[in-house]
Amino acid sequence: MGVEGIGASVARKEDKRFLTGKGRYTDDMSVPGMKYAFFVRSPHAHAKIKSIDMAAAKDMPGVIGILEGKQLQADAIGNIICGWMIHSKDGSPMKMGAWRPLANDTVRYVGDAVAIVVADSLGEARDAAEAVVVDYDVLPAVTQAVKALEAGQPQLHPEAANNLIFDWQLGDAAAADKAIAEAAHVTEMKIHNNRLAPNPMEPRATLGIYDSAEDHYTCYTTSQNPHVARLVMSAFYNVAPENKLRVIAPDVGGGFGSKIYIYPEEIVCLWASKKTGVPVKWTCDRTEAFLTDAHGRDHFSTVKMAFDKDNRITGLKVDTIANLGAYMSLFSSAVPTYLYATLLSGQYAIPAIHANVRTVYTNTVPVDAYRGAGRPEATYLLERTMETAARELGVSPAELRRKNFVRTFPYQTPVIMNYDAGDYEASLEAAMAAADWNGFAARKAEAAGRGMKRGIGMSCYIEACGIAPSAAVGSLGAGVGLWESAEVRVNAVGTIEVMTGSHSHGQGHETTFAQLIADRFGIPIDNVNIVHGDTDKVQMGMGTYGSRSGAVGMSAVVKALDKVEAKAKKIAAHLMEADESDIVIENGELKVAGTDKTLPWFQVALAAYTAHNLPPGMEPGLKEGAFYDPSNFTFPAGCYICEVEVDPETGTTEIVQFVAADDFGNIINPMIVEGQVHGGIAQGIGQALLENVHYDPQNGQLITASYMDYAMPRADDLPSFKLSHQNTPCPSNPLGIKGCGEAGAIGSPPALMNAITDAIGNNNLTMPATPQKVWSALNAVN
Amino acid sequence: MAKVKMTVNGRHVGAECEDRTLLVHFLRENLALTGTHVGCDTTQCGACVVHMDGRSVKSCTILAAQAAGSTILTIEGISNGGELHPVQAAFKANHGLQCGFCTPGMVMTAIDMIRRHGANLDEATVRAELDGNICRCTGYHNIVKSILAAAAEMGGVKQAAE
Repeated sequence: MGVEGIGASVARKEDKRFLTGKGRYTDDMSVPGMKYAFFVRSPHAHAKIKSIDMAAAKDMPGVIGILEGKQLQADAIGNIICGWMIHSKDGSPMKMGAWRPLANDTVRYVGDAVAIVVADSLGEARDAAEAVVVDYDVLPAVTQAVKALEAGQPQLHPEAANNLIFDWQLGDAAAADKAIAEAAHVTEMKIHNNRLAPNPMEPRATLGIYDSAEDHYTCYTTSQNPHVARLVMSAFYNVAPENKLRVIAPDVGGGFGSKIYIYPEEIVCLWASKKTGVPVKWTCDRTEAFLTDAHGRDHFSTVKMAFDKDNRITGLKVDTIANLGAYMSLFSSAVPTYLYATLLSGQYAIPAIHANVRTVYTNTVPVDAYRGAGRPEATYLLERTMETAARELGVSPAELRRKNFVRTFPYQTPVIMNYDAGDYEASLEAAMAAADWNGFAARKAEAAGRGMKRGIGMSCYIEACGIAPSAAVGSLGAGVGLWESAEVRVNAVGTIEVMTGSHSHGQGHETTFAQLIADRFGIPIDNVNIVHGDTDKVQMGMGTYGSRSGAVGMSAVVKALDKVEAKAKKIAAHLMEADESDIVIENGELKVAGTDKTLPWFQVALAAYTAHNLPPGMEPGLKEGAFYDPSNFTFPAGCYICEVEVDPETGTTEIVQFVAADDFGNIINPMIVEGQVHGGIAQGIGQALLENVHYDPQNGQLITASYMDYAMPRADDLPSFKLSHQNTPCPSNPLGIKGCGEAGAIGSPPALMNAITDAIGNNNLTMPATPQKVWSALNAVN
Repeated sequence: MAKVKMTVNGRHVGAECEDRTLLVHFLRENLALTGTHVGCDTTQCGACVVHMDGRSVKSCTILAAQAAGSTILTIEGISNGGELHPVQAAFKANHGLQCGFCTPGMVMTAIDMIRRHGANLDEATVRAELDGNICRCTGYHNIVKSILAAAAEMGGVKQAAE
């Protein structure tokens, strides 16, 4: 592998700029004449806009312009759309209500944008926004999905009767019902997957620049997928045609899904720049982020799992209601359907599965993909149910899982997915060994001697990454293909630039993608630049989400490298008068195998560009591009074990041990992969123990709108983690990699909740397991 | 408007700003020192930590006018030419950062932590001391490891976890 090749824990190339304050995030950007935007937002969860009076605000110091939704509509700026079509089981299409970038008649959640104020300073823009008088006719609001479906509730969109967006199903209902009817045992649960705020540490920001001389727009934005942003803003929002719109996502401070979507602010700032004649920068404050960034999760489910007399699962039936908020965000419809129900087989051979999913409008901010996106919801539901079943059946949780593992591959589940490879037993064994599972009873007894309640819990997760085969997702309703592109440019001196459509917002692509080149050609990663995040530099790309950069983005680089290597070998063979098939590339040299003939890499590159002596008919240059469309999803899987101590006096939970055993297939940079798992686990622990978005159900006000109210995991809430890797290579892509970005957030919540409920002896506990809830659950059984 | 003068990273600087300007905005907007970040509005996240007269402070919670006459050190001022400060080097070696947004605040907090605790720094202390700095990427595992490694490198005796 070499010191910088595949499999080496290479320190990151990008770190120096971040460590020295030289990172360039969107809010760090400044251009001549730039002014500041502040948005007037709805203070009500649901209201009619009767009038907007800007007269006083327009005279405030520093104000350059104030723009409202009617002007936006007059300029034919389009509605924000959801890009994944789902049909209800009756065949009708999902009911997409209009989402105006600036509301012009109705506001539907607290934070809905109503107008934009542009001023010389942020303070002046904020002052003027406070002076804009919006007269609202306040309407009743509904924030909870289950309630929103009931008769007589406030209606959000005329298209969606009873706020129902779609009523969708997957699998065989009759087969699942039959399995349950004939079962020796049925485990039933009600599962709530709590609503979360993604909270990348960099708040969203955008800088819209309109150049009237060129009739051209530039948009700096905090995006995980700048090309998709450009495509959607051109094709659907009518901001500008693609050739007149450049989107740049420079350094981006975390995303976790929330920066996939195209939000009102990017669109409005570009439009406002043209209207006001000045570059317009908007930066979200944290409360605004809580109010307007797409949230995650928020599922209510009932589940029935059927077992035969040998404790084999014979059927699974799931009914889920998912809250999608006030409007349908870009991928919102895919999350509780094709990213959720397709994973309900978990690691288990389940002959009959049926899932019914209803999605619902409520007066809350839109809900879309957040780290894991549907797969954490599926895993939490299954793994809480498996643990509960083990307790009911009186068997060990490990034994019940072992008995039901899928063991032969490929394995076709009843819910679309075809698992290509895996070894679930290996991860289970590794996790149990690392956690000293067998020593738990002694530790529990020791803790009891100190008056503490000790518990242990496991979860065996599977996810689908490498999103996604374009034809497959197209047939399921996706509005785009989910391939990736790459271009490898070898310079005349042999240094290399790689243009990728993947986007790094913390994942370390500048290092790991460069490792591919170091591995292939034996040149130092310092000689390789990874270029991403700019639609003027990279032709096209689908961006980074769903743990797809490695499996899809890197595979595109490999395809381009194959072409570069083939051409370089042709040139080298010609120059050394050898047969092309005898050329090998090692340590930065092209050699004729079995001889001492050799050419340095840079000399072959130079020959390609001088073109003085190329094989007959060969074009000059050494630059190749490729598009890679995966043939299947990838299926990372693993086993997590959590051990806790609950203080019965206070209900406080301490995580005393957290073990993760993951199978990500082949690994490019173990240090970076471990970092991804650490971060994912922390977010999963956050969900299970601390985090919860809470809207006041009466008036729709967001109660948890700052870090004083929303409990982000801090360093002293978490332990250090014990990780291990099992590596069954993925057969579906050339590198054999599966993806590691989301696993931690998927596998950890059920492990932790299984541990706490084990400790307190009461299974009736919802996330987040706050001390108050744990204390109450404990005292309910004592 | 106020004319505010201070010493930042060894340079005497002065600029006109609105009276309400926070130190972090003065650094970012008036001095173009954009390494210090704003991650929240409530003094919780610590992305804005700088040193004021030798002690770590959250620059979002001090008016620029309050910092007049003081000596400020920011993330841009701690490395020696091309050479990283030992805390910066430890964060790089131990993968103590991912997206980099919280990193300047983490590094400035860590330097102050090591200055105060020196050889007494252990994992529990580091985790408790990081209560005012939020990271969403790393799960803190490698940040803790980085700070312990830096403390050892800078003269502490406790070794890093693992």
